[in-house]
Amino acid sequence: MIAAATSIPSEPWWIALIEAIVVVNVILLLFAYLTLVERKLMGRMQLRYGPNRAGPYGLLQPIADLVKLIRKEAFAPAAAIDLPYILAPVVSAFTAIAAFSFIPWGPGWTVNGWHINGAVANVSIGLIAIFALGSVGVYGFIVGGWASESKFSILGSMRTCAQLVSYEVSLALSVLGVVILGRSLNLPEIVARQGSFLPYAAPEFVGLLVFFIGGIAETSRAPFDLPEAEQELVAGYHTEYSGMRWGLFQMSEYINMITLSGLMVTLFFAGWHGPWDLGPIWFLLKTCGVLFAFIWLRTTLPRLRYDQLMRFGWKILLPVATVNAVVTAALVVAFG
Amino acid sequence: MSPQPVETLKGFGVTFKQIFKKPITQQYPEYKRPVYPRFRGRHRLWRHENGLEKCVGCSLCAAACPSDCIRVVAAENTPDNRVSAGERYARIYEINMSRCIFCGYCELACPFDAITLGNEFEISEHNRDDQIYTKDMLLAPPMKQVPVADPDLYDTPIPFYKSHS
Repeated sequence: MIAAATSIPSEPWWIALIEAIVVVNVILLLFAYLTLVERKLMGRMQLRYGPNRAGPYGLLQPIADLVKLIRKEAFAPAAAIDLPYILAPVVSAFTAIAAFSFIPWGPGWTVNGWHINGAVANVSIGLIAIFALGSVGVYGFIVGGWASESKFSILGSMRTCAQLVSYEVSLALSVLGVVILGRSLNLPEIVARQGSFLPYAAPEFVGLLVFFIGGIAETSRAPFDLPEAEQELVAGYHTEYSGMRWGLFQMSEYINMITLSGLMVTLFFAGWHGPWDLGPIWFLLKTCGVLFAFIWLRTTLPRLRYDQLMRFGWKILLPVATVNAVVTAALVVAFG
Repeated sequence: MSPQPVETLKGFGVTFKQIFKKPITQQYPEYKRPVYPRFRGRHRLWRHENGLEKCVGCSLCAAACPSDCIRVVAAENTPDNRVSAGERYARIYEINMSRCIFCGYCELACPFDAITLGNEFEISEHNRDDQIYTKDMLLAPPMKQVPVADPDLYDTPIPFYKSHS
C-alpha cells in the first residue's frame, strides 16, 4: 500500500488479493456485457434488434466474440518492432484494469473480525493515481501505432495522442472543484463527505459537465471517436493489429469507460450512498446509468471534425474548467 | 454553423423514444420477404409443351453475357435424337453462378425465350464447383419455391412491365 494514512483502516494482504481477483473478474464480465448492451441498445435506438442469434436474446454474443478473437490469426506486419508491438496492447489493458482498483464501491465491512475495504487499493492519493495510470495507458496507444511501422498507424497514434493529451488537461482541471470541496484526494473520503452533505453534482454542475465531455474524449467515444472513426477510416493506431491484440485495445477502451463512469459516480454522484442503504448496488446502478448516457450520446451526436475537436477542447472546455476551479476555490475560501 | 442546443436536446429525445418502438428489422431465415415479381434470381431453361427444349444452342446468351459465365456447346439435331425444336440444340449448357451478376442480358438476348431468370436467390454452396449449373439442373424446376409478391403491390410507371413480369 502506498502512503497509508492513519485514517485508512488496513486489511491483510490476502484479503486485498481476493478482492482484486473478484474485482478484475467482475470488471471483465461487465466489459463483455457492456459491449452486448451497447450493441443492443444502439440497435433499439436505430429500430434494429442488435445481436440476437447467439443464445437466448443474444446473451452468448460476448463469448462468441471472445472465441472468435482468440482463434483469429494474430497477423503482425513484418516490419513491426516486436517487443513494443506486442507489449503496447498489454500495457493499455493492464493500466485500464489497474485504474479501477482505486475506485471505492462500498463503505467497507468487518467480517469475523477482519476488515474489508470498499476498494481494492485504498490510498490517500487515489484520484491522482487514476489519472497517472490513465496517462500511462496513453503510451500503449502511441507505442502501438509507432511500433507497427505503418504510416496509417503512426498518423492514427499521433491523432489519438493529441486528442487524449488535450482533453486530459480539462479532465484533471474539472475534478479540482471536487477536490477543493472534498478537501481530500482520497476517493472514499470524498464519497463519505458527499454522503453527509449532498452529491457534488449539485454544487459542481459545471465541473460535472466538463468531466463528462472530457471523459468521452478521453475514452475516445462518439462524438469524439476520431482515433478510430470507424465509418470513415480503417482504424487509428490499431490499424495493424488483429485478433486478441486488437481485442486488448478494444478492451482497454471499454474498461476505461467503465472506470471513468465509476470515477464520475464517485466524484459527483456520492458513490455508494443512496436513499436506502444498498451499498455497492447503488454504485453499480449509478455506474450503469452513466454508461447508458455514454451509449445514448453515441447514437445521437455526429462525429466532430478534427479542428472542431481541438478548438472545443482548448478554447471552450479548458477555460470553463479553469474558471470553474477558480470560482469554486474562491467560494470555499469566502464561505466555508 | 452555430451551436444548436435546443435541436441537439430534441435529438436526444428522438433516440430515447426509439427504444420503445418495435424494430422494423425482418428476421431473415424465419421470415422470407416475398421477392418482387421481376426479381432476377437463379436461371431456368424452358421446354416446349411437347417436351422439346426451347434452346437451339445459338450462343447469343453467351455472347451477351458481360461476365462471361455461360458456356454453350451446340450439336445437330438428328431424326432419331431430336432434342430441340430448331436445327441444333445445346449439347452442353453451363452457367457459372459464382460469376453471374444476374443482369438478365441472357434473357433479353434469347430469341426463343428459352432462358429466363427465376425467383430463387438462396443459391450459396460450400464448394465453388457446385456453383456451376449444368443443363439438367437448369431445366428442372427449382427445388425451393420462393414466395412472390403481388405485382399490383409494386407500382411501376411503365405499363408493359405490369403485364410482362
